[in-house]
Amino acid sequence: MTGLISPEPSELKVEDSQVRKSGPGAPSRMSVEDSQVSESRPGAPSLAERPEGWNRPPVMVPDGEGELLEVAMGPHHPSTHGVFRMDVALDGERVIRLKPVFGYLHRNHEKLAEGMSYLGSMPYTDRLDYICSLTNNWAYALAVEKLTGQEVPERAEYLRVILGELTRVQNHASSIGFLTQEMGATGTPLMYAFKAREKILDLFEGLTGSRMMCNYMRFGGCRVDASAAWLDAARKVVAGLPGFADEFERLLRTNEILMARTQGVGILRPELAVNAGVTGPMLRASGVNYDIRKVDGYGVYNRFKFRVPLGDHWDVYDRYMIRMLEMRESIKILEQALKEIQPGPVMSPTARIRGFRPKPGEAYGRIEAPKGELGFYLISNGGPNPYRYRVRPPSLINLTILEDMCLRQNVADVVLIFGSVDIVLGEVDR
Amino acid sequence: MIETADQIFVLLKHWLVGFLPATWQPVAGVVLSVVAIIAFFPALFALTVWIERKGLGRMQNRIGPNRVGPLGILQPVADAIKSLIKEDIVPLSADAAVHFLAPLLLVAAVFMGFAVLPMGRNMTLVNMDAGLLFYFAMGASTELAVFMAGWSSRNKYSLLGAMRAVAQMISYEVPLLMSSVAVVMMTGSLSLTKIVAAQNHYTWGLPHWYIFTPWGFAGFVMYAIATTAETNRSPFDLPEGESELVAGYHTEYSGFKFALFFLGEYLAMFSISGLGATLFLGGWSAPFSFLGWVPSWIWFFSKLMLSICVFIWMRGTLPRLRQDQLMNFAWKFVLPLTLLNLLVAALWRFLGEGWERWVVCSAILLLAYAFMGWEGMRRGHLGPRRYRYAE
Amino acid sequence: MLGEGILRGLAETARNFAGSFVSAERLTTVQYPEQRIAPMEATRDFPFLVYDGADWEAGLRCVACQICEKECPPQCIYIEKSKDKKPDFTGKPQFYPARFDIDISVCMSCQICVEVCPFEAIKMDTEFELSTEDRFGGLLLNREKLAKPNEHYHKIHPAEAAEVDARLAGEKDKADAKAKAAAEAAAAKAAANVAAPAGPEAAPGGNAAGNPTAKPVEGESRA
Repeated sequence: MTGLISPEPSELKVEDSQVRKSGPGAPSRMSVEDSQVSESRPGAPSLAERPEGWNRPPVMVPDGEGELLEVAMGPHHPSTHGVFRMDVALDGERVIRLKPVFGYLHRNHEKLAEGMSYLGSMPYTDRLDYICSLTNNWAYALAVEKLTGQEVPERAEYLRVILGELTRVQNHASSIGFLTQEMGATGTPLMYAFKAREKILDLFEGLTGSRMMCNYMRFGGCRVDASAAWLDAARKVVAGLPGFADEFERLLRTNEILMARTQGVGILRPELAVNAGVTGPMLRASGVNYDIRKVDGYGVYNRFKFRVPLGDHWDVYDRYMIRMLEMRESIKILEQALKEIQPGPVMSPTARIRGFRPKPGEAYGRIEAPKGELGFYLISNGGPNPYRYRVRPPSLINLTILEDMCLRQNVADVVLIFGSVDIVLGEVDR
Repeated sequence: MIETADQIFVLLKHWLVGFLPATWQPVAGVVLSVVAIIAFFPALFALTVWIERKGLGRMQNRIGPNRVGPLGILQPVADAIKSLIKEDIVPLSADAAVHFLAPLLLVAAVFMGFAVLPMGRNMTLVNMDAGLLFYFAMGASTELAVFMAGWSSRNKYSLLGAMRAVAQMISYEVPLLMSSVAVVMMTGSLSLTKIVAAQNHYTWGLPHWYIFTPWGFAGFVMYAIATTAETNRSPFDLPEGESELVAGYHTEYSGFKFALFFLGEYLAMFSISGLGATLFLGGWSAPFSFLGWVPSWIWFFSKLMLSICVFIWMRGTLPRLRQDQLMNFAWKFVLPLTLLNLLVAALWRFLGEGWERWVVCSAILLLAYAFMGWEGMRRGHLGPRRYRYAE
Repeated sequence: MLGEGILRGLAETARNFAGSFVSAERLTTVQYPEQRIAPMEATRDFPFLVYDGADWEAGLRCVACQICEKECPPQCIYIEKSKDKKPDFTGKPQFYPARFDIDISVCMSCQICVEVCPFEAIKMDTEFELSTEDRFGGLLLNREKLAKPNEHYHKIHPAEAAEVDARLAGEKDKADAKAKAAAEAAAAKAAANVAAPAGPEAAPGGNAAGNPTAKPVEGESRA
């Protein structure tokens, strides 16, 4: 049980390079004398006998000349990102070491997919990044289309863009809302974000049948066509979005307390970001101009005019503002797409959605998901099920840099920095 | 008739006390007033809890509690019952006596502060000459109670939280006192009834409240900031923040003792808002002379509830300040401004009547505030930013 | 100036506070369960089996082809084929499910069963208030609980149901036309055989065994 949840440092293998190896001293091992423990009662188990894991109490461990307070933040978090644990070692208020521990939400997605047909995995991709189910579907459909060499009709591409950008808007709004919630603005910006998100989720329900687990993209197009009534409703919702973005921004943009809490906190240098494989708004807030919508030009994105905002100070405030600005760019894309969409088929006539056996080969399909680069790597050996199905989770890869961002920061900032990475545990653990 | 309405509680007390023999009457009068305060303010606390939850809800575009009683008005009753029937857990290694006494001391000290507040014409429980001094002395005792709570829990987290809370409260005591010293200086007395009497004059129907002077306005703003920090309200509520590592000094308290802490915090809010109303907003005096027919105690409590509503408003809007930022703000920003405020108040007195003193005092305060604000933001490299785009 | 942003934020909150009393746009709460939002047409919650006509056993469209069982990702459908056959809406004898169970505590409402069904037999319902106190069988819906009439399908998904009915009616017409053509061909052949003197082997029994769809069709009208 312990080995599953928190891998022992000595057992980390090369594949586990996602989890940062802990520094010298192996903080999860209690190799200190009992006299260090300040809270032993008569009859209490000695330090060596105390259980490891999330519910062990905080202890002081020696480190050089001084002592560090080791504490586990999580897995019960007041912040709403899911079950995630951070073992931090503190010197007073400063963070000296931080080891993220995850795996509490592991659901065996990749192994399950090896036993299921390609179509059967599609609803499970909804549940990876459960806030942005449509972009997960798109990435998977893209990968399978590359594997089988299928074409997608134009109306389906437009619908994919519309739904993908709506997903991005509601994800960024929620992410900013959660960040301000963690900062202590008792949920007010979060409620406003959710009010706008409700309208978008209603749109999703009208088209795909479900608010969050949409299961809408198929290999070769989309499952059902959008009626003219739905497109009108979408236009109305999108017309209301700039007003929402203005109100949202006005609430907190020049707020001095917000600026004091987030500016200069959690700096991520661009070279480090690129070396660590960080993608998405985090990378662009570190000033690197890399947006897969521009680089790959998948779908019909090269038909739309939109800009990519970049940050110059690389801190939490920049990440928060980049998401706000990206929301506005997404609204621009939505307006263009809803104007240009033409009637037509939404499934390619030669599309096979079930019972097909792709030729042996491999394909990697990636998109710019709201959290970063979401990729699906499929290897087919000619059978009806994939031989290997691998998800490149942006949240996990963005998390690997958490320790570097949190070092020498205040412990009160760790929660903010963690919130600015914008992760969803469904994706981290799969 | 107006007199009767205004003095109704005083007359009621005299009537009730009249039933007793003469030697017991003074004691009985005091006891009656004390009982009235102890009964009334917790009821106001229940009402405030309801207002807070509904108010926060409406600010967040949702309905607050609305299932318990019409409009959810019985929600505080439900909360009270819940906290009473919870198990009272005392940690095994805790210092039991101190653990038990800490919430009691908190509530008792806060109640003492109510003794000197003039809640209406002739409605001060104890008319002391040094009323303000007594009030602040009692306020400092609450900090002791907070530290007792953290220490007795025998929990590193509680101790850290208590130390942070005490450090915060101590650092904001100084601006609190200094902003009230300006009022004392201008009135020439520490007695709260005299301070209200000094503001109870009208010119062309407008009152002489201290908030309508430049130094009074600045003093009120800084007093408001200091009170928000003293009572651990947002944006200074890091000691009891939920998303922070340290859970606060009342971690190890459950059930009724926790409710007492909660009650103590809100009562402290009431008494310090009442003091703010007395010092700067004219206490029980009406805003316009033609409104003098409304009973004085209604004015006092309206001003108190207005301050409470502003507290709730700030809680719903503002994120939290970090501990070190909070302390920096107190010592490096608020305290120098309060000292400057004293100087400006003196200048106001010595410049004599006329428009010159308005211009000079306002100019000094505004310039100082703008300069210090700009300097503080620049030092932390804070400020709104422009972003560049790539095509 | 310092404090400007804070004041702007306070103004925004005050506007929302005041607005929540006057405009429904600001206060969007729907007080469930006294008020409910009507489900949309496309909403999908849990599957149900469609039957035509009044008798659910006779009119059940499902022919137990077990494609949905195979494709269901969490494998929550259990089908047992029958031993005998019964005629479907075009008259052709088909198997039917002797047992058709869906465990809705496992079902994830992905709707793949609906997509892959070639017989329009299983569709998505819009009912979600299905919690029950029977933890051992309450969420395992059997054939009888799952079967709902075509009218119900029309009520919850009118556009879809109209389309499905049009398609089924078209198929039925095609099948009828084929049957009539086959019957006419057989009759013509029989007439030819009767006209020809040499051919006692052209017995009417041979024709009767020829095309099963020529059997008389049940006269139930498809809505």
